[in-house]
Amino acid sequence: MDLNTLIPQKLKEKFPATDFVISDYKDELTIKFDKIFILDVCRFLKTDVDLLFTYCTDITAIDWATRKNRFTVVYNLFSLKHSFRLRLKADVDELDCKIDSVSSIWKGANWQERETYDMYGIKFNNHPDLRRMYMPEEFEYHPLRKDFPLMGVPGSLPLPKK
Amino acid sequence: MGLEAYIKDTGFLTTQVNALIAWARKNSVWPMPMGISCCAIEMMAVGDPKYDIARFGSEVMRFTPRQCDLMIVAGTVTYKMAPVVRKIYDQMPEPKWVIAMGACTSSGGMYRSYSVVQGIDQFLPVDIYLAGCPPRPDNLLHALMMIQDKIGKTKASQFKNITIDDGGIKVPELNVIQNN
Repeated sequence: MDLNTLIPQKLKEKFPATDFVISDYKDELTIKFDKIFILDVCRFLKTDVDLLFTYCTDITAIDWATRKNRFTVVYNLFSLKHSFRLRLKADVDELDCKIDSVSSIWKGANWQERETYDMYGIKFNNHPDLRRMYMPEEFEYHPLRKDFPLMGVPGSLPLPKK
Repeated sequence: MGLEAYIKDTGFLTTQVNALIAWARKNSVWPMPMGISCCAIEMMAVGDPKYDIARFGSEVMRFTPRQCDLMIVAGTVTYKMAPVVRKIYDQMPEPKWVIAMGACTSSGGMYRSYSVVQGIDQFLPVDIYLAGCPPRPDNLLHALMMIQDKIGKTKASQFKNITIDDGGIKVPELNVIQNN
């Protein structure tokens, strides 16, 4: 069976209580659901013998600025066995800016979640080492948030004395 | 054999000691290749036989700042990298010169962004700003020639931060950044 139809079908069987929003645009399958299921869904997608999404290509986020659920965390997965790409999305609100870490499932997710934390300030629960990836550790802001000015906050990054 | 008989056979040259020293200094500038990004590729090309920085006596690229007197900052300097650049500059012995190679180093260039220092003159004294993105190797050679001119016109006693008095030469204490 085609994976575009098999994956939604399997997910609905396995997680009947979850509301999956499925989009299949330009042959790119995207599945959106509540963030509390992220760990279970990811583990299922990786371990199920028909799917085997063993490679987490990328984790990033989207800042919608004015929307109620301000952030969307995006997971790009790849099944080496089926040569198939899948995108997962989960909304995170600014007031409860947390989502479960998937670094226990894919080791490579560790740094990708650190990068997302650095740039958007989304905290990943049970992450082994949630430090900033690019910006200095004492930096107070998250640069890819829409309310962060392009040229930065003056004086927030110290320079050596001349 | 007297002096007159000696110079009659061999020829002679008159000059000033300052001019002789300046000539020697400016033709043995040892660069510190501070290659941070793509400008470093052009800086490498300067060392190859086609452009050949050895013609100007500067082929000894030293990878320890203790042996250098010219820092070529070749590439985009981010805020995170700035303390490192400054620390290496502080480790170079006086007298020393700096070439800000390329648009990024001189002004931030196309990276008008929160993470990139908008010109290294915010934390380093720069002698030559070199235009280009990246500058051609011959452009870097031109910058080196300008540095040589500057060195040639400077007497040893005029070097920045060095004072010569009865007590001999005084070199200032290094302003080493401690907290990184």
